Amino acid sequence: MRIALFITCFNDLLFPEVGRAVVTLLGRLGHEVEFPAAQTCCGQMHFNSGYRDECIPLVRRFADAFAGYDAVVTPSASCAAMVRHHHGTVAGEAGDSSLVDSVGDVAPRVYELSEFLVDVLGVIDVGARFAHTVALHPTCHSQRLLRVGDRPSRLLNAVDGLTLVDMPNADECCGFGGMFAVKNAATSVAMGLDKVDHVHASGAEVLTAADTSCLMHIGGLLSRQGSPVRVMHLAEILAETGTER
Amino acid sequence: MTDHHPTFAGTPPFPKAAESALADGQLRDNLGRATATIRAKRERAVAERDDWEALRLAGAAIKDDVLARLPELLEELERNVTKAGGVVHWARDAADANAIVAAIVRDHGATEVVKVKSMVTQEIELNAALAREGISAWETDLAELIVQLGRDLPSHILVPAIHRNRHEIGEIFRSRMAAVGRPAPRGLSDEPAALAEAARLHLRAKFLRARVAVSGANFAVAETGTVMVVESEGNGRMCVTLPEVLITVMGIEKLVPTWRDLEVFLQLLPRSSTAERMNPYTSMWTGVTPGDGPREFHLVLLDNGRTDTLADSVGRQALRCIKCSACLNVCPVYVRTGGRAYGSPYPGPIGAILTPQLRGISQHPVDAQTASLPFASSLCGACYDVCPVRIDIPEILVHLRTQVVRQGGWRARVVSQESAMMGAMATAFAGPRRLGIAERAAAVVSRPFSRNGGIGRLSLPGLLGAWFGSRDLRAPAAVSFRRWWSRRARESRGP
Repeated sequence: MRIALFITCFNDLLFPEVGRAVVTLLGRLGHEVEFPAAQTCCGQMHFNSGYRDECIPLVRRFADAFAGYDAVVTPSASCAAMVRHHHGTVAGEAGDSSLVDSVGDVAPRVYELSEFLVDVLGVIDVGARFAHTVALHPTCHSQRLLRVGDRPSRLLNAVDGLTLVDMPNADECCGFGGMFAVKNAATSVAMGLDKVDHVHASGAEVLTAADTSCLMHIGGLLSRQGSPVRVMHLAEILAETGTER
Repeated sequence: MTDHHPTFAGTPPFPKAAESALADGQLRDNLGRATATIRAKRERAVAERDDWEALRLAGAAIKDDVLARLPELLEELERNVTKAGGVVHWARDAADANAIVAAIVRDHGATEVVKVKSMVTQEIELNAALAREGISAWETDLAELIVQLGRDLPSHILVPAIHRNRHEIGEIFRSRMAAVGRPAPRGLSDEPAALAEAARLHLRAKFLRARVAVSGANFAVAETGTVMVVESEGNGRMCVTLPEVLITVMGIEKLVPTWRDLEVFLQLLPRSSTAERMNPYTSMWTGVTPGDGPREFHLVLLDNGRTDTLADSVGRQALRCIKCSACLNVCPVYVRTGGRAYGSPYPGPIGAILTPQLRGISQHPVDAQTASLPFASSLCGACYDVCPVRIDIPEILVHLRTQVVRQGGWRARVVSQESAMMGAMATAFAGPRRLGIAERAAAVVSRPFSRNGGIGRLSLPGLLGAWFGSRDLRAPAAVSFRRWWSRRARESRGP
């Protein structure tokens, strides 16, 4: 099986350790990933902000860069959702039938990390050890676009030493929302501060999610408050084997 | 009463309107509590039905069929209403509809009307238009009465006074009822039962006196000419049965083709709206019936931007809406900002897609407030999941954002900053070499500001500055993933 890693522009620049964790984790499970160097960005921010014309070359680049792989794994639920749900729309609107075909070929083979582990590799216990109390932010696009269901929590529950705690109103949006975070900053922060209260109410030491974008927003609020809670991507926890960070 | 009609005109663009709402702790408490209760109730009511998804699909399919055959179905409705003794009027816009209603009221020499709760008459600002003609319009729905007496604006589709708690309501009743009719009972308390009784007594006098009633319609059946209103309080039943003349104003999308179709919507609407299995009052009338109910029935069919909305193949789904308000109650934005920040009687997610379309966004550039509405969402998708007629609200939001951007944006300064940013990013994303260079530049530029991999308080103008008000930011990595990968690849190949 040829597996490509789609790192996402966001993780590439801001959270490269998440990509390294995916490489470590999959390597431990016996799978070498490839990193197609031509990849850049899925176009989610342009698409969601209304810059649809700018999105077309990004969709084309994505389909070209990831053509021919059996599976494309990405540590971002919202980028996976962008590719699976919206690349076809963009290609169709661009009126380019060869692009429609190549998107139709590549998009269904794009998996968010927890989907890839559970559905493609068929593993729940990835051999991780992480002796901490963890809360899961399920992320809107994991829940409502990808419908990953309980895959992330099943993976976390199988981690040795990990205690997964419930968080009040867990399924509510954290308020990041891409450009929403700055164009409607006051509302975004109000949503985020409620999420921070719920994180604290959960008693978790670590907050995790399948998207670093939500985590950057919630983590940015936690950090400004001087909270001891730290944020870690799901991949980072699943890559841990007990050597303390 | 009739001299003071607050309107949504002058509402600032959403981000600014939201800021003042967010600062109102009372509003956030009232709204947070009320929506949490109704959310939980709705979830239970929906979970009782194992065919809920099938009902949603059926509801969407029936409405899509209506939208595809609207002209013929409207003509069928007109024929059947006329045959049953009603009079059908066609209104292109709000001014047309208001003039038609005012003329009917004047023809009967009336100076007041009683009203059934109706979204469409809020949309056309009928009460203010009637006031200009010297006609008083009395709202008889409890929450609408609270809004009207409080000289306030509605903030929710189902519960327009959701932003008020019972103490505020008691104060409004005690101080305002006397000026417009029967005063509040002496020593009226803030107990819900006492407040309801005060409203009942106040309204009873109006029901008995009024000769003309105005309603909206939840549904109208083309094949029979029947109009239907569903409600909880019975005030609507009073309005549609007691006065001599009944005028119904109805958006042209509120049709269903056949009587049988109501089966689907009478299951979808109450569970989604009030979280009940069935609403307490369902009133239906077909034209006029001699010796029973109104002697004259007028149906005003309103376009007011609906045909323009219908012309947009993505946006037209919004016309499936049955005004249940489930999307408001689950929306994390609405729950915090309240409805008035949306600058229209249609707030929340449905308002963010319906208002811009009714105001013609697909036809011409719209004002800044209207153009800000499609951006008033984090695209979390909770609205789509609860919508009983499966309106893909996030899809339409993004579609409308594209229209706003193509029209030059809603706030020139921010948008020019944003479009410069989007352009720069599109350039960087055009290839891996460029992206590598941009990433290194970002790391170098941010280095002086970062401590331990994070950037703390930074005072910057515009969009970037908006991040730092309450949040720290992760600093760009010194070694991006792609750089790490190519180094690793080089090392593994050996010297």
